[in-house]
Amino acid sequence: MTVLAKAMLGGRAYRWWLTALAAAIVTGVLLWLRQWHQGLAVTGMSRDVAWGLYIGQFTFFVGVAASAVTVVLPYYLHAWRAFARVVILGELLAIASIVVSLLFVLVDMGRPDRLLNVLLHPSPSSLMFWDMLALAGYLALNVIVARAALAAEIDGAPPATWTRGLVLLSIPWAVSIHTVTAFLYAGLAGRPFWLTAAMAPRFLASAFAAGPALLILLCGAFRYDIGEEALCKLRLVMTYAMTANVFLALMEVFTAFYSGIPGHAAPYSSWTWLSGGFAAAALALALGRSRYAPAAVFASLAIDKGVVLIPAGFIPSPSGAVTPYIPTAVELGIVLAIWSVGALLVTILFRVAIAARELDAGASPQCLAS
Amino acid sequence: MSERAIIATGIALFLAAACFPFYRNAAAPPRPLVLPLPAGERECIAPVAYMRASHGDLLLAWRDRVVRSGERVFTAPDGRVRELSLTRTCLGCHEKAAFCDRCHDYVAIGPDCWNCHVDPRRPQ
Amino acid sequence: MKITRQAFLALLAAAARAFPRPRRMAMAIDLAKCWKDRGCTRCSQACHAAHNVPQIPDRRREIKWIWKDRFENAFGEESASPAVAGAPVPLLCNHCEHPACVKVCPTGATFKRASDGLVMMDEHRCIGCRYCMAACPYGSRSFNWSDPRPFLRTIDPAYPTRTKGVVEKCTFCAERLARGGQPACVEVCPPKAMVFGDAADPSSAVAQLLQTRHAFRRKPELGAGPNVFYLL
Repeated sequence: MTVLAKAMLGGRAYRWWLTALAAAIVTGVLLWLRQWHQGLAVTGMSRDVAWGLYIGQFTFFVGVAASAVTVVLPYYLHAWRAFARVVILGELLAIASIVVSLLFVLVDMGRPDRLLNVLLHPSPSSLMFWDMLALAGYLALNVIVARAALAAEIDGAPPATWTRGLVLLSIPWAVSIHTVTAFLYAGLAGRPFWLTAAMAPRFLASAFAAGPALLILLCGAFRYDIGEEALCKLRLVMTYAMTANVFLALMEVFTAFYSGIPGHAAPYSSWTWLSGGFAAAALALALGRSRYAPAAVFASLAIDKGVVLIPAGFIPSPSGAVTPYIPTAVELGIVLAIWSVGALLVTILFRVAIAARELDAGASPQCLAS
Repeated sequence: MSERAIIATGIALFLAAACFPFYRNAAAPPRPLVLPLPAGERECIAPVAYMRASHGDLLLAWRDRVVRSGERVFTAPDGRVRELSLTRTCLGCHEKAAFCDRCHDYVAIGPDCWNCHVDPRRPQ
Repeated sequence: MKITRQAFLALLAAAARAFPRPRRMAMAIDLAKCWKDRGCTRCSQACHAAHNVPQIPDRRREIKWIWKDRFENAFGEESASPAVAGAPVPLLCNHCEHPACVKVCPTGATFKRASDGLVMMDEHRCIGCRYCMAACPYGSRSFNWSDPRPFLRTIDPAYPTRTKGVVEKCTFCAERLARGGQPACVEVCPPKAMVFGDAADPSSAVAQLLQTRHAFRRKPELGAGPNVFYLL
């Protein structure tokens, strides 16, 4: 049996996990079919709040994808060997995150049957055109690089030299995907909450906090030891990035309120403050080196960027109306299903990578069979 | 049964099912469809053979000329100036239900024109 | 080869014919006239009937091409003196000089027509991403959250309906202009408060009004250059 096939097998808990993911995905597909037949009226979005949870989650996961750079850059550019065991996981997490973010765009479309119009009628003046190119390119880069790295590991050989150029290209590319995603929002004159030059830097900061946090959590979940030094460094990156993120958020608050321009202060609702409070609490945990810091950082950013940021941009509406946005059960079910697709991809990809690593280290892959 | 035999049987069954329309039509050839033509009109805007084969492409070209270029009229080969309009020019002569829908049903395709464009004879 | 003066002028004339001066269609709305009957909704009724715009009971999902909102909602709290606060202002797509919706559309489904400046919607091409709704600073765009047909009491077959999943908005009645007509709202307005025409033609009625009256636009500071002007 190949490493791949062996990694697919597992014990009872593992089979239950896969069953649960499959059930969530099937439910989500059925809910999406309902959305397809009845229209996006099954969601909580409205004329005033035209984007909601779907686009928020898309934004958040583009960030998680970009954060692979926090392990790729030190390892490949600075030959920082401590990340040797984790770098492939970063790349695989990026692949799963891009797939997840693209699925979120797909379910948000009113006419997904016309998806190809984006390619048939390319519109370079639209940031969405560039975002699509950036995401597709980043997905391709990571698939090629991770595949080559895995193959080399299974053969017990060093990665092919031709991959190095692609790896180096993936570093600025990672920064570009999240910058372009920030530009989607930061270039809109009519949305003061998003109209800020700090949007792209803040996106990168929150991404470089959320990504390493998730990586630490996943290594724990897989009981995969990446070494004390690597773990320590990942936590450091997470903490610094989270500090930068909270700092930039406070800059936004200052500008909005000190300038006193009504349109800039209006989007700050109780939700914005609440998620800001979560972020501050998570940062405090990280600075205090709490063991719960990665979970807190990840959760607070998934809320801040994935839930609050997008609907808040639509408040107030162009004519000053405040329309509440409350996601529906259908919407939540579809979101859960896409998360499950991501979890399934991570489960399989990580198991293969870890099995290959154990093989490489001369250990038996049997240890995975739990 | 060996794995190989099971797989082969499965493929054979699938092909037999998938090809059902072919041998059904071979057994009983469908009768040609006779469509009612508009009374009092002798000619369409282009020869019948062209219209039969390419009216879909023609309508897509009209659509782009009207929506994207703002052109609204054209000169038909018979010299008459007509409007580039599915509803007014095509359905001005042809009856949607008896002409368009019947043939589309016959060839089993469902163009989505009618999701938006409305039959002037039956405006709901 | 030398070009004679006569040939040069003939060339210029030919070029002018080949490349006609683009028109810039604009609308001026005289609010004083509009306010003669503050409860009047004839403009939206005429528009929505002519274009099969559905009446959706759920206000959060409504579709509107031209509607009325309070003065302070249209122009901002700061611009509303007690004299005008609460007065209804007709709002519609501004057919901007630099439309944000056109800039962001990933498929060219919404585009600015070079010949007359109309911001058009190609409903056949729209993928329903709603980026234009996020970009429009005027709330001029509506999305079909569900199939609009059940919400239409009557359908005018002369104009198509829309499907679920696409965005729509006012088109300055491109279909009526093509036949030499005026927009439906302009035509129906009882006090003739709306004047529509080519603002690039100094002799047009709308250009004359903009020359002689104080005209203002919604959110001019954003630089979109709306082509709907309000007179007071």
